[in-house]
Amino acid sequence: MQIRSMHFKARAGAAAADRALQSKLATAKGLFVDGRRRAVADIDLEATREASRAIRNRAVENLDLWLERFEQEATRRGGQVLWARDGAEICRLVADIARRHGVKKAIKSKSMLSEEAGLNAALEAAGVQPVETDLGEYILQINDNEPPSHIIAPVIHKTKEEVADLFARVHGKPRKTEIGEMTREAREMLRTHFLSADMGISGGNFLVAETGSVALVTNEGNGRMVTTLPKVHVVITGVEKVVPTLEDLATLMRILPRSATGQSISNYFSVLTGVKRPEDTDGPEHLYFILVDNGRVDLLGGDFQDMLRCIRCAACMNHCPVYQTIGGHAYGWVYPGPMGSVLTPLFVGIENALDLPHAATMCNQCGVVCPVKIPLPELMRKLREQQVERRLRPWGERTALGLWAWLARHPSLYALVAKLGVRYLNWLAEGGDRIRVMGVAPSWTDGRDFPAPEGRTFRELYAKRPKT
Amino acid sequence: MQDSREDILSRIRRRLGRTAENATTGRAEIEACLGRREQGPRPAAEADRVARFCARSEALSSTVEEVARREDAPAAVARYIAAHDLPRAAVAWRQLVGLDWSGAGLQVAGRAANGDDLIGITGVFCAVAETGTLLVLSGPDTPATASLLPETHIALVPASRIVPGMEEAFTLIRAECGALPRAVNFISGPSRTGDIEQTLVLGAHGPYRVHIVLLRDC
Repeated sequence: MQIRSMHFKARAGAAAADRALQSKLATAKGLFVDGRRRAVADIDLEATREASRAIRNRAVENLDLWLERFEQEATRRGGQVLWARDGAEICRLVADIARRHGVKKAIKSKSMLSEEAGLNAALEAAGVQPVETDLGEYILQINDNEPPSHIIAPVIHKTKEEVADLFARVHGKPRKTEIGEMTREAREMLRTHFLSADMGISGGNFLVAETGSVALVTNEGNGRMVTTLPKVHVVITGVEKVVPTLEDLATLMRILPRSATGQSISNYFSVLTGVKRPEDTDGPEHLYFILVDNGRVDLLGGDFQDMLRCIRCAACMNHCPVYQTIGGHAYGWVYPGPMGSVLTPLFVGIENALDLPHAATMCNQCGVVCPVKIPLPELMRKLREQQVERRLRPWGERTALGLWAWLARHPSLYALVAKLGVRYLNWLAEGGDRIRVMGVAPSWTDGRDFPAPEGRTFRELYAKRPKT
Repeated sequence: MQDSREDILSRIRRRLGRTAENATTGRAEIEACLGRREQGPRPAAEADRVARFCARSEALSSTVEEVARREDAPAAVARYIAAHDLPRAAVAWRQLVGLDWSGAGLQVAGRAANGDDLIGITGVFCAVAETGTLLVLSGPDTPATASLLPETHIALVPASRIVPGMEEAFTLIRAECGALPRAVNFISGPSRTGDIEQTLVLGAHGPYRVHIVLLRDC
């Protein structure tokens, strides 16, 4: 997928001014936040988060050994394990598999890695018709391959009227206005694809080392279709998605659906192992796993290893005041919200996504709800540090911080500047408690007011305290 | 060009500081972990498993009718079909075709479902009380399509096969099947989507309705 993260500021500004988007995001926020809060009430949340963190750490800390074990078990059951260093290699491997099996049409269940790789365009170039089957992803695909704006609710930015217009135009049927009718129309359109495709492509929520299985979590049933009906099934997942045992899956399945959609369990949870057995009447005859690096391996053993625990539930973006205000498109790549603000710079280059680690209020809502306890604000702060160390921050900001650092080492001068500063800010507030336009840095108050200081500086007040 | 597998694995080893010695300890650790099969924290199990299963199933928009014996199932299915004005023809798992369906006025074929079948009747491998979930395994006589392609899925669930949680379901598979079958599907209510305006719609790509016939004495 094309990277547009460097345009964050402009796109975030436009999104924040978009009233229609704001109302959609507000509705979604209510549903996701309340849904999660209700759903976690019947489990021991903190103990389950801690156990989930431990499971994911155990996998990551011996990742090479778990992957070897997974490969051995998956191969023993008739799967073929392939490895891809980057998106281009994913595309090449999938195109090769399609060619080998004479594939004309591939049905796809949601896969964010396929977005990372831009797989649909590569499939088309190889003469294979890719069909997205998750309702949200399908809507995006028929709308000229629009990018998703949320990792589990890809069309969160669209109203039902927009979808109704799109369906009427693309399907050539009478315009439906009721969401249930629109869903049925999409079901009917996609049913024929399900029954006629020769290849199914899915992501994988987890890989199980013990059994060489892939675990898939879906609600619509499209994941089951994609992995049951075509003769070839290709799983594309990151190398970090491995977990040790089926018991670990059971633990993670208590926290993933609750964190994601507020469900105690997702509709369908499938653990898929090997190819169709000789006596079976359904299931794929060929099973491929493509285990992908694409930037993940470089996070091992460094400041950002915690990020490899991520199970892609989207709780961090659902609870983020920045995401709730600007939606997902402004982030400019596959992953929005706090997890995207960390992953995008790490995957596409820190210099290509300079604003993302700053797209945070540091309120730590994301850290508090993360089911695997990733310290997201801390990771964003580390990315900011790296920007400073690599001199990637703008000249004005670097100079201002240098000046401040010098001043902070000269206490009496600092006191004087602070004193003048407070008087200046009070003057800007014109006796009120808010500053509408910040004189020296007007862009600070473009979308908000700045609170005026209460009165004197701390040091002035401290000097005047009653002596005992 | 270096082989991708070797390239990725050797970079992982390097970044993890892998040496011959710590590989030996690491392997011992993963064997121990696989041997322990440690469970995570679990919600307190309710004493009445069957009641919990039924209540959770209904919360997930499935419907439940309780009968005493397997032989009572065809009449219960016929009642459900009549009440919902559904066609009187269905596909079923082969192990179920021996029941007296025609006596209940239904035509039931024992085969995998295709895109035109409107009702699929299945059994279960087991069911999970904690979440109100049906567990079906793929196999020659238990095609995965029967619970997926038709608009209505009807499942016969013996009360004795309701286990407390997913952990016990996996233990039961290991005990009774040895290795995992190709597909282990946990089904929790009719298929659904909330993609358009986060409004919940039942019946996305899979069934619109899931009806459970609970076999109390089985």
